[in-house]
Amino acid sequence: MGIEQVGTLGIILGVISQFWPVWLALAIVLVLSVMFKRRLGLYGQLFDSGVGIAGVMICLFWLFTAIFADTVAPFAPLQQFPLLKDAMPGSIEPGSGKIFLFGGDKLARDVFSRMVHGSRIVLVIAPAATLFALMVGTTLGLPAGYYGGRIDTVLSFLANLVLAFPVILLFYLLVTPGIMDTAIPYWMAGIFFIFPIIFFCTLFYTRFRRRPQLLAVQLALTILIGGWIYAGLVFNADPLGIISIRPNELNIFVAVVFASSPGVFRIVRGLVMDIKTRDYVAAAQTRGENPWYIMLWEILPNARGPLIVDVCLRIGYTTILLGTLGYFGLGLAPESPDWGTGIKESSRLLRLYIHPALPPVLALMSFVLGLNLLADALREQSLKD
Amino acid sequence: MLTFILRRLGVMALTMLCLTLVVFYMVNLEPNLTKLALSQMDMRATRADQEAWLERNGYREPFLIRYGQWIGVVKKQPIINPETGQATARFSFCADPAEPKYSGILQGDFGCSTKFKVPVGNKLFPALGATGILMLWVMVVMVPVSLLIGVLAGMREGTRTDRSLSVTAIATTATPEYVSGVIFTVIFASWLGWLNGSAATATREGPSFYNFTLPVMTMAIYGIGYIARMTRASMVEVMTQQYIRTARLKGLSFPAVVIKHALRNALIAPFTVIMLQFPWLLTGVVIVEVMFRYQGFGYTLVEAAGNNDIDLLLGCSLVSVFVVLVTQLVSDIGYALLNPRIRVK
Repeated sequence: MGIEQVGTLGIILGVISQFWPVWLALAIVLVLSVMFKRRLGLYGQLFDSGVGIAGVMICLFWLFTAIFADTVAPFAPLQQFPLLKDAMPGSIEPGSGKIFLFGGDKLARDVFSRMVHGSRIVLVIAPAATLFALMVGTTLGLPAGYYGGRIDTVLSFLANLVLAFPVILLFYLLVTPGIMDTAIPYWMAGIFFIFPIIFFCTLFYTRFRRRPQLLAVQLALTILIGGWIYAGLVFNADPLGIISIRPNELNIFVAVVFASSPGVFRIVRGLVMDIKTRDYVAAAQTRGENPWYIMLWEILPNARGPLIVDVCLRIGYTTILLGTLGYFGLGLAPESPDWGTGIKESSRLLRLYIHPALPPVLALMSFVLGLNLLADALREQSLKD
Repeated sequence: MLTFILRRLGVMALTMLCLTLVVFYMVNLEPNLTKLALSQMDMRATRADQEAWLERNGYREPFLIRYGQWIGVVKKQPIINPETGQATARFSFCADPAEPKYSGILQGDFGCSTKFKVPVGNKLFPALGATGILMLWVMVVMVPVSLLIGVLAGMREGTRTDRSLSVTAIATTATPEYVSGVIFTVIFASWLGWLNGSAATATREGPSFYNFTLPVMTMAIYGIGYIARMTRASMVEVMTQQYIRTARLKGLSFPAVVIKHALRNALIAPFTVIMLQFPWLLTGVVIVEVMFRYQGFGYTLVEAAGNNDIDLLLGCSLVSVFVVLVTQLVSDIGYALLNPRIRVK
């Protein structure tokens, strides 16, 4: 029994029409951003350059794809149609009449739907891991740069220790099925995830120390929300059952945070060492401010420009790391639709079929490219001031 | 300068000690030892048999003593077979000491590879040689291309050449090896059929243009963008200096200014960046060698990690950490030598 096909034009039109919620959302954001460009500060300035617009649009495209994945993807990521094993792009699935836009893979799943659903995994883990790495790196980098001396020596030595590890070796040691039987991932998660709580508590305490009522509310909220997330992530014991994470996901999450926090640490430390020589820091010191107040409320806000750029680049780098993990089959489940796993699956059969390999490859590349373009445009803008 | 190098060497030794201790701990975790025991015995071996095997072969000695034995500062004890009273080797394919003696990394004994069934040294060093050839060609391609792109872009800041070259550089940094590898294989091996999509023949018959171009290209492309951007930034900065303006004003042609005055000063910063690329290249080597089936260091590392080959994995980590630290040291010293304004304290 032959399978009906649609032509190249049909595939292109099909892809464009499948993405309709994404186009709609992009159009709304674009129109609103251009209308209120002047009032949007740094974000609005991005729309002055072609590179900036391209970066923002690519990033938003994947963001909206991840949000609307269920609508965009015609099939479920794990749904198999035995008839369409290794089907060519444009094959029509006889049962539902829907099209396998980018063909089927060797397990007869729709490549297009897997790519779309894969964006969900990537766009949750990569930014979240980057934010945690940012918290860890900032909390340790601020005192290292500000105080210098012994604390700096010790922390820098530890950071260099991690940086001297080739990333791939780190992953092979940290993300193996065996290690999930031990307590190491939980220990590391326990240490890393406490940093955001410490960070925000110190942040509020140093600022509102003299207004106990406000401070009490803020600290209570931080500890409540932070503790709730902490319990859910580390002990998998969220009382409400909303936040949960599978052991293998926690494992890769921790490994990625571990691999990228020393980089943040070095950048923050360098920025702090530069900024602490400024006059306003000297003024704050003369006023007798608490050192942590100076670090968090005088130095950190003035380091935000380079840090924002770095976060953009780092999310891209984390995406690449995540792809590497998927490519070596570490951590993520073998049937997971994320892009790295997709590349691993399909690159082995590249001599026979090329169509399952290209969608995840191009998806990963375009997302990282979008982030890099965004970072470049942000850097240009911050240099202008 | 000498004290600086000595201090750095001291820190380096400390770093290696810490890192190998961590790796040693990780590869000797309980699940890994169980896997090793299972792989060396019958699959149906009971828990007690595994325990007995681990006990007999010295895997249950105190952790620090075993680490000391691996390094070569504690004497390795022979394994006595209780039935015959003779010293026996743990593995049939490589020798264990018959009387207590120092036999570790410091004495040049890397241990036994359980996956390849040879002493680690016999596997690791040929693999390093193979990777060395790959790295050499990657450097030969990557360094001139990236410097050329960087200099051309930074020569006249803000022109169309600059913009398009910068975007190209950004695009290559957004393309990790497993992405560019797939794209290049599809284009050059599947569609055009010009190049071989596998470098497996390079291991046996030596590298040729046909089987080696794709791996080299794939690895070079990821590094090119980064080095090019650093070169561009450095070039842009140099081009705004007073002495460049002086050279222009005294009537030198633009190419002469760039080649004679700007280039030398603009290439100091990229030197450091190129040296610091090695850790990244190490990851790239692993991906590319697995993807193109080239039997070098990366391939060995993946096989060792995948099969829980403890001694081989330790050897691999030692080598890679050593490479990273040495390149850091060389880049610092080289930077100081190249730039007379930097005085090392």
